[in-house]
Amino acid sequence: MNARHGSIRAKRITYKTIVYVVCTFLALLSIFPFWIMFMNATRSTYEIQQSSISLVPSKYFMSNWKILTGKAFSPMTGFINSMTVSVGVTVLAVYFSSLTAYALMAYSWKLRQAFFSFIMAIMMIPAQLSSIGFYQFIYRIGMTNKFTPLIVPAIASPAMVFFMRQYLMAALPLEIVDSARIDGSREFATFNRIILPIMKPALATQAIFSFVGSWNNLFIPLILLTNKKKYTMPIMVSLLRGDIYKTEYGSVYLGLSLTVLPLFVIYFMLAKYIIAGVALGALKE
Amino acid sequence: MRKKSVSYAKYGYIFSIPFVVAFLVFSLYPIVYTLVIGFTDLRGLGVKEYHFLRTAEGNLDLFGNFRTVLNNKTFTTSLKNTIILWTANFIPQISMALLLTAWFTDRNFKVKGQGAYKILIYMPNIITAATIAILFNSLFGYPKGPVNDLLMKLKCIDGPRNFSLQRWTARGVVSFIQFWMWYGNTMIVLIAGVLGINPSLFEAAEIDGATPTQIFFRITLPLLRTILLYVLVTSMIGGLQMFDIPKLFLNGGPDQATITSSMFIHEQAFSGSYLYNRASAASIIVFGIIIVLSIILFQILKDKDEVARRKYLRAQRKAARRRVNS
Repeated sequence: MNARHGSIRAKRITYKTIVYVVCTFLALLSIFPFWIMFMNATRSTYEIQQSSISLVPSKYFMSNWKILTGKAFSPMTGFINSMTVSVGVTVLAVYFSSLTAYALMAYSWKLRQAFFSFIMAIMMIPAQLSSIGFYQFIYRIGMTNKFTPLIVPAIASPAMVFFMRQYLMAALPLEIVDSARIDGSREFATFNRIILPIMKPALATQAIFSFVGSWNNLFIPLILLTNKKKYTMPIMVSLLRGDIYKTEYGSVYLGLSLTVLPLFVIYFMLAKYIIAGVALGALKE
Repeated sequence: MRKKSVSYAKYGYIFSIPFVVAFLVFSLYPIVYTLVIGFTDLRGLGVKEYHFLRTAEGNLDLFGNFRTVLNNKTFTTSLKNTIILWTANFIPQISMALLLTAWFTDRNFKVKGQGAYKILIYMPNIITAATIAILFNSLFGYPKGPVNDLLMKLKCIDGPRNFSLQRWTARGVVSFIQFWMWYGNTMIVLIAGVLGINPSLFEAAEIDGATPTQIFFRITLPLLRTILLYVLVTSMIGGLQMFDIPKLFLNGGPDQATITSSMFIHEQAFSGSYLYNRASAASIIVFGIIIVLSIILFQILKDKDEVARRKYLRAQRKAARRRVNS
């Protein structure tokens, strides 16, 4: 009896050990590539050639910076352009998705159910596969190399409308809308002054995902933006792959680090909310 | 039901207008336009005029581009690669995510530091894919690179290996990057699914003497069906459009081993050849594949019990209403 008890305990200890070892390994696997990147960003090409893994920084940050910015890579331009596009996308997507979700939730109109089914159906349309038509259309109206065609389409973000509707169903008692009407508030003003503030938590979560998604987008900006002054961060990054930085290992790592840094800051500040948001987005009922 | 709200119905329409207009202009129109271009002779930079394809005799030959593309070896290779790369990333991804889900939702043993583990495991998912592709390109550098250095220190290999020259190694690394970026996301989604299951089901199973393994395979997995379908479909749609990683990791090489269909489309239209018509035809083909696969997946994984239950409930509600009315 005792021996059996002991073997069960031994099994449980082995199980726990395996769990912790594997989880720790996976956590390190997430950090390790970025750690090497940040360290190598401060090391000279010669040092990297001698030994390409270092757990501590060196002192060549400035010289790497000079080489990096002395060629095609312009972190400031990329940063400002990406910021413009991502903030524009986020504001439009969050505002209009809330408005559409409110229309779906607060009013009973004939086509409401049909419109909702329609949004469900178009939620998974792969945007990249209509890129030729999109490019031709934008080219014809002479809007290539402008940020507008990257920003305005965000007004129609079906997945976000879906999410906002779920949130409103759970969080908005329609009595509030009624009492606002009694107080003489007009419908549009009710939405802006009363509904939007109630939706703040949902807006924040969706804003993060919208911003990060837009910030990381490569395909569509790559085909629309050909002018170097308009390059967004991911296009800027793709320059590091080219011949001009072939032997400048330190500068390449520095360029990569510059694009990761803002995302790291956002992520580690908001990780709890981001992860809660991913979990929430999956629960579709 | 509420009489008052009827008079406000028009606001439902008004507030939906921006969404509908933006969708029609920026989503639907480009899709239709892509489809139309697929039937035409539109090619060349700055060309704005196009005609539907005709044979030499002047008869309409709408599917010319589709034929050309389907006979194009690079296109078929790219399709094959896309499927290989997606499968090789999805199977380990879902397995690892399920394993971690089972651990993190274990009712008898709470993993300490779970929050931190989740944060770190999910992290690669929000980093720019373009950056990650180039970072891995540097990490797998030859003859000097962190991965080579590490493997040599651990005595796994004798001399530096040039990973970017071996077809299957290159595919393996691309799949690994996709796996590494996405298993954390899948895990969070699955954990949310498990936490949404009624705990009394687990309690009842425990009282009946079910082992944790039995509980996982007989209760947890079947109840995760809808969420697994969601993960599978979204991953497939994303996977069939894979672009950033294979493009910037080895630019489709070595010897076209990692070229994907999105890269093929991009190359046809935007890097020098301006064959918009063929790129459109290729897009439509991939689009079609995605639609067919999604429908098949929905049919296979559709929860038959759930459908039956809903039907039953609807019938009962109807019956109840009839009873009230009569």
